[in-house]
Amino acid sequence: MDYFFSEEQSMIVEIAKQITDERIIPHRAELDEKDEFPREILKSMAQADLFGVPIPEEYGGFGGGCLDIVLALEQLGRGCIGVGTAFAASALGVYPIIISGSDELKERYLPSVATGEKYAAFGLTEANAGSDASGIQTTAVLDGEEWVLNGTKQWITNGGEAQIYTVVAITDRKKGARGASMFVVEEGDVGFSCGPKEKKMGIRASSTTELIFKDCRIPKDRIVGRAGTGFITVMKTLDSSRPGIAALGLGIGQACLDEATTYAKQRVQFGKPIIAFQAVQHMLADMAIQLEASRALVYSAAKHIDAHPKDMSKVSSMCKVMATDMAMKVSVDTVQVMGGYGYMREYPVEKMMRDAKILQIYEGTNQVQRNVIGQELNKEYSRK
Amino acid sequence: MKIIVCVKQVPDAKDVRLDPETNTLAREGVQSIMNPYDQHALEEAVRLKEQLGGEVTVLSMGPPQAVDVLRQAISCGADRGVLVSDRAFAGADTWATSYTLAKAVHKIGDFDLILCGKQAIDGDTAQVGPGLAIQLDIPFVTCIQKVREVDDKGLVLERMMDDGYDVVAVSYPALLTVVKDLNEPRIPSLKGKMKAKKAEFEIFSAEDVGADSTCIGLAGSPTQVVNVFPPPPRGKRAVLTGTVEEQIEQLVEKLAVYL
Repeated sequence: MDYFFSEEQSMIVEIAKQITDERIIPHRAELDEKDEFPREILKSMAQADLFGVPIPEEYGGFGGGCLDIVLALEQLGRGCIGVGTAFAASALGVYPIIISGSDELKERYLPSVATGEKYAAFGLTEANAGSDASGIQTTAVLDGEEWVLNGTKQWITNGGEAQIYTVVAITDRKKGARGASMFVVEEGDVGFSCGPKEKKMGIRASSTTELIFKDCRIPKDRIVGRAGTGFITVMKTLDSSRPGIAALGLGIGQACLDEATTYAKQRVQFGKPIIAFQAVQHMLADMAIQLEASRALVYSAAKHIDAHPKDMSKVSSMCKVMATDMAMKVSVDTVQVMGGYGYMREYPVEKMMRDAKILQIYEGTNQVQRNVIGQELNKEYSRK
Repeated sequence: MKIIVCVKQVPDAKDVRLDPETNTLAREGVQSIMNPYDQHALEEAVRLKEQLGGEVTVLSMGPPQAVDVLRQAISCGADRGVLVSDRAFAGADTWATSYTLAKAVHKIGDFDLILCGKQAIDGDTAQVGPGLAIQLDIPFVTCIQKVREVDDKGLVLERMMDDGYDVVAVSYPALLTVVKDLNEPRIPSLKGKMKAKKAEFEIFSAEDVGADSTCIGLAGSPTQVVNVFPPPPRGKRAVLTGTVEEQIEQLVEKLAVYL
């Protein structure tokens, strides 16, 4: 379907498509096999200016909106969502600075992320605080001109690879969620280290580690926004970033539909290609319907979010749930259409199925997204 | 450093067909691309510019739609594009093309280096690069696989050979033709694409470059293509098996028929 993109959006799609076809697809199996971070691919994405898409123009980026980044991530997701996740996590890492940071912080951190010279990461999740972000244990205490951080973040994408980390810590335990604040920690800060790389089911090209803070001292001006606004920044960050995760789901969905349909046309059983059998046709048709419907929601949600509406959380959660549940279902069905071949690591679809699972889990599980949607509906209808 | 890169628009090799009537390449409905070797020449030029400063001009000879490859070159880091285009150039062989490009280079002005792909994937002659150097009376080095050193006087290069490579030093001005091992061409950047969209190109006619009408197009071409045809299918083949002695015996038996 034609969504009538602007000329700039078409350029973003063309560039991301070329990177996906020429740089990601030929290497994705090897990166997955070796748990290897895609440094060379990210370099080519940096050279093509993709890292600049979500960064404001005054800080060396293109000032792109949610839809622009969605279009890039959809293409990258078609190749490998491990690579797509590494790219998206860098944008996620600086969203807090873009949303709530001082001009000084923006000036200091955004230009090098826009050029892809440095990567960023977002540190929220902990052992006892994932979907329940208010259970955070990491603390930050002001000591003279420095904040002192203590605690451990878990499963942080781009851990050990990023140079810039935005980290949520509790500055006032008594105030609950209003006692959380956001900080920028740099690679090399004394008292800050990253744990070993986690071994994952999928998205193995991306790096996932703990972030460990032991009396980590950072200058006072590294706080993002005022003390106590950390949780609001987190919510706004995730509202902006979730459509990107949905877009990775669209990418997987498209890649699966392409693989399944191509295979079904070639595979001959009982004297005809299996696409001639209604049982297979209906599976492919259902994939195409779910994919196209998800795409329509993700694109329109992204456009809606670009207008910074009040119901941003609801719309953002809706598109994340729909597109990532679709990616899971379509990838499982693709393996089914391809039968034994689909299950073999020689073909790309078993990886797509392993990869798809994370989309329903990270950046808020799909259950939590439904909670958000439900709560927002409750609020909306109370006002009516 | 002023660098000129010669680029050619060619039909995508993935999609080449012969017109069965005329036995020439069927161009209609076939996607056009920048000759792949030229993409490597352009990439090296842009890298040299990024390292040493200067300007990269892309030069192409072809029909008006060849500006598409100039636009692509701008999106990959070139600064300026020149198209040499005139009906009078039609039917040019490699010599007339070299002559025409040399005239265009004179009109472009000063340069330190000209980079070309080793050959175009449609004609496959590998003659235009060296021909252009001869026309300009400058040294040329073909099949460059690596730039070892570069400074404001010249370059030290690796020239690919069948069995290894030669190390060649050359001073400016010079012309190099390059192979694919030299580098990996970059993907166009967003900034580049935006610049390319707005780019305007200089179009030189035969008159603009002061070309002698007897040296261009079909009239200026010593080579005439008399016939193009698909190679005949291979004859019958047989694989001999057994010990070497047995195979020799079988071979002698087969050859004996021709005695």
